[in-house]
Amino acid sequence: MSDTHAEGAVHHHQPPSGFIRKYIFSIDHKVIGIQYWCLALFAVTFGMLLSLMMRLKLAWPNAKWTMLGTLFPNGFQDGVMKPEFYLSLLTIHGTMMVFFVLTTAPQGGFGNYFLPIQIGADDMAFPRLNMMSFWVTFVGLVFMVASFFVGGPIGGWTGYAPLSSAGVVTGPGQGLGVDLWIISIAIFCIASLLGALNFITTTLNMRVKGMSLMRMPLTCWAWFTTAILSLLSFPVLLGAGLLLLLDRNAGTSFFTPSIWVTGVLQKHQGGSPILWQHLFWFFGHPEVYIAILPGMGLASQVLSTFARKPIFGYRAMAYAILAIGLLGFFVWGHHMFISGMNPSTGLVFSLITLTIGVPSAIKTFNWLGTLWGAKIRFQSPMLFAVGFVSLFVSGGLGGIFLGQTSIDLFLHDTYFVVGHFHLIMGVAAIFGMFAGTYYWFPKMFGKMMNEGLAKVHFTITFIGVYCIFLPMHLLGMAGQPRRYAQFTELPYLQHLEPLNLFLSIAAIVTISAQLIFFVNLAYSLLKGPKAADNPWESTTLEWSVPSPPPFDNFGGKIPVVYHGPYEYSVPGAAEDFIMQTSPETVPASGH
Amino acid sequence: MGRIIGALLFILTILSVVFVVMNYWPPPEAVNGMGHAIDAQFARTMVVVGVAFILAQVALGYILFRFGAGKKGERAAYSHGNNRLEVVWTIVTAVVFVTLGVMAQKVWAELHLSAIPADAITYEVTAQQFVWKFHHAGPDGKVGKLNMDLWKDPDSFGVDDRDPDAKDDIVSATMVVPVNRPVRVVLRSKDVIHSFFVPAFRLKQDAVPGMTITIHFTADKIGEYDLTCAELCGMFHYNMKSKVIVKSEQDYQKWVADMAGNH
Amino acid sequence: MATAVITKPGDDGSKRKATLDAYKLGMWLGVGGITMLFAALTSAYVVRFGEAQANNEWAIFSLPRVIWVSTIILIASSVTFELARRALKNGNTQAFGSWIAITAVLGIGFLAGQLMAWQQLRAQNVFISSDPHSGFFYVLTGTHGVHLICGVLGLLFVAIRRNRYSATSRTAVEVTAIYWHFMDGLWVYLFLLLSFWR
Repeated sequence: MSDTHAEGAVHHHQPPSGFIRKYIFSIDHKVIGIQYWCLALFAVTFGMLLSLMMRLKLAWPNAKWTMLGTLFPNGFQDGVMKPEFYLSLLTIHGTMMVFFVLTTAPQGGFGNYFLPIQIGADDMAFPRLNMMSFWVTFVGLVFMVASFFVGGPIGGWTGYAPLSSAGVVTGPGQGLGVDLWIISIAIFCIASLLGALNFITTTLNMRVKGMSLMRMPLTCWAWFTTAILSLLSFPVLLGAGLLLLLDRNAGTSFFTPSIWVTGVLQKHQGGSPILWQHLFWFFGHPEVYIAILPGMGLASQVLSTFARKPIFGYRAMAYAILAIGLLGFFVWGHHMFISGMNPSTGLVFSLITLTIGVPSAIKTFNWLGTLWGAKIRFQSPMLFAVGFVSLFVSGGLGGIFLGQTSIDLFLHDTYFVVGHFHLIMGVAAIFGMFAGTYYWFPKMFGKMMNEGLAKVHFTITFIGVYCIFLPMHLLGMAGQPRRYAQFTELPYLQHLEPLNLFLSIAAIVTISAQLIFFVNLAYSLLKGPKAADNPWESTTLEWSVPSPPPFDNFGGKIPVVYHGPYEYSVPGAAEDFIMQTSPETVPASGH
Repeated sequence: MGRIIGALLFILTILSVVFVVMNYWPPPEAVNGMGHAIDAQFARTMVVVGVAFILAQVALGYILFRFGAGKKGERAAYSHGNNRLEVVWTIVTAVVFVTLGVMAQKVWAELHLSAIPADAITYEVTAQQFVWKFHHAGPDGKVGKLNMDLWKDPDSFGVDDRDPDAKDDIVSATMVVPVNRPVRVVLRSKDVIHSFFVPAFRLKQDAVPGMTITIHFTADKIGEYDLTCAELCGMFHYNMKSKVIVKSEQDYQKWVADMAGNH
Repeated sequence: MATAVITKPGDDGSKRKATLDAYKLGMWLGVGGITMLFAALTSAYVVRFGEAQANNEWAIFSLPRVIWVSTIILIASSVTFELARRALKNGNTQAFGSWIAITAVLGIGFLAGQLMAWQQLRAQNVFISSDPHSGFFYVLTGTHGVHLICGVLGLLFVAIRRNRYSATSRTAVEVTAIYWHFMDGLWVYLFLLLSFWR
């Protein structure tokens, strides 16, 4: 078939044959989505094990861990963990989780799989670019793992200069490990950029007839906005990373001033450490919204479905997603109040930061409004969506403290911050991923997951994460600094020992409980009961096709969309849900 | 299951309130004016946040108790929202958050945007991996010049002995200050970014290599207060500590006289 | 569930693909991303300029003369690209092929000029680590150069496949055009920045 018909017509390509084309180098967005999801599963396991080791050190700082000492001979001295190893654990934990879990699974994983189907398309706009994005991400992951094993960086995921830029003189692990770390991140930036332009083009260009922007599921709004944030913020990190690599290897002075390390002058020309912070956080703040927005979109989707009620205030929800995305670009300075940056600038950033609480609050009110008057089905996806709302409230409110300049004077770089971002990113966003997995597993794999195991998984995890991360706020309020390998040295911290111990025990229990999830996944993949097309009685387009969908998603047909995505409990309707593809009429308010 | 989650949320709310109110793990008592002001703003914020937290979690818990699926065939209330309600709660939230934000800036401005009192004593503070050093002007009240070439010796603060003002200067491992007198802190770093953190003063400021940053405080209670580094600076970041020792005016003058020239 | 069937592709499972508009949008988005990269580098440049100047660390060196020549070459290449596109629109595949080849040659000429500029700087003992100003010169020209190499590869790709394109089927050409003209405009911007903000 030649390329010579009119621009709007449909072109076709054939389904692949052979194992490699089908499962390894596939251009099918569904396969790629699962690949991203698997990559994230590996990364989250790796990251969780690192954090487990961290909590062991913090609870029992002088304990001898002979087995770990054998696995990591350079990180332990007579079985006792060395501080530089602790710091490398926290650096790789943070980087791994933020990039290879929170920025891949919700967007590259679920977004890739379901955006095309939810808007009625056969695939993403650029399938080969999509495949490339995944494999480039994979290469980035390889570099990150390598970075850990050669003696990981000790500068935290934020890699502040000159600790990160002056080379190995500043500490062990600041040699090759940092270079590999930077290269990994740079590769990841490129992969994300390629992914972002695919998502945006697909959303704007490939929606099927009847699927106006205001009829898109909120998941699509979230993926779309997240992609825009990625497009605008990742290049800045890439630029910063390039300059950092040059400071380290080419003798430049972008971020590195002349410094004296143990009596030896490392001469530079007046580089600016604060410049690194500005560039990093200009990326870093939108990044945390990249991590949470897809979870918010999914929470809306799942809450509405399992409450059997339309989402409360669909338009407000869509606009709130956009507002959070937009405002997210103007608040990066709140990570830098005490950095030495101009204090008046801090004032401005503080005020804008507090306004970003407003669209987030709107979303919370609307989630509660969605549930009010509902008929809630407490199945596994819903448990995690409800948990998401609670956790988002808890974590988000911590931001009200941290966003105020004067309060941040005390709380900056304490465990209050660690508790705050873990509740939002390390838990709420993860709950979004759990909800997504339990919700979409039947569609992706054609089997149902076990509800009993899911309920146990949820209960232990929900209690566990609160036991770990809410007390961190108390520790921060007591003034406990972060990134300390142990708390044995400071008098004013000694009374906090029981709380730190409690936290570590809660972490051990909660991390162990995730085995239930993995067992459920494995068992269900192998032996789970067959899934129907629409086991949750949900309205969006992916539930109108078989589980799993055929190669081209819609089996050669092109769907038509008649109304918005959350028509549940419509009075007078035949069932308590009307699919988007159903021509059954809905009241005018159902757009 | 809904009732289980609802119950968990009620327990969460109660426990949170208990632990915050009972304050089992307090920070060191605030001993300066700014510290008191920050504690006050913190308390105000905690009330607002506390109310929001309790309302949200309890509402969610109540919803989960009340709005379970019920009998088969029962449908939920069909509604796409309520614009008036949206507008109301948006405005209320915005007003509350912005008010808190504006109030917070007052303390900030006092620390960073207002002039340091003229009678402040000056301390130069230099951070390095992994120790704090303090340079006092000595009895003459004049701080001797800093000569960074002297940093060839990692133990040296860098006081330039060629400067006559430096003769009586004091370099110490802890910071000795008089009570109720403003203290100007001139922060520098020799190598990487460190952060000057005195929990009892609710005070924190990054020390950035290549920059000279000035802050100030006025302690209002005699005692010894922990000082620690609050910006990741390498292996021994967890053990980069010192103390701020607040003495009576008399004892302080005695210390200055005794230690004069000691650098 | 009712679905409207617009075309019946034979139920062999083949997929609907993106249109020309989608490819152009994708390329514009890519341009947006690259713009953000250079915006970041520019803001770093401006910040370091201010600080370094205040500390007398910003060295003034004369921009290698060859930069003027390479700039003109690059601008010319945009013109020749447009001539190529016009030829293709008029169905003249022969002329299209020639103009594209010339554009590619001019692009390579630009890159050669950049390399010469670097050599001339090194001859003056101005290296990437010499001072902040030189550091940025190498970074900005280098980053642009790397992106331009990709552009040249795109041109070569289009040139090799020139017989596949026609007035109604020229997605790759259109998309490469957007990228190439952007690279040109970006260079003019960088050239002005380096020439006058010093």
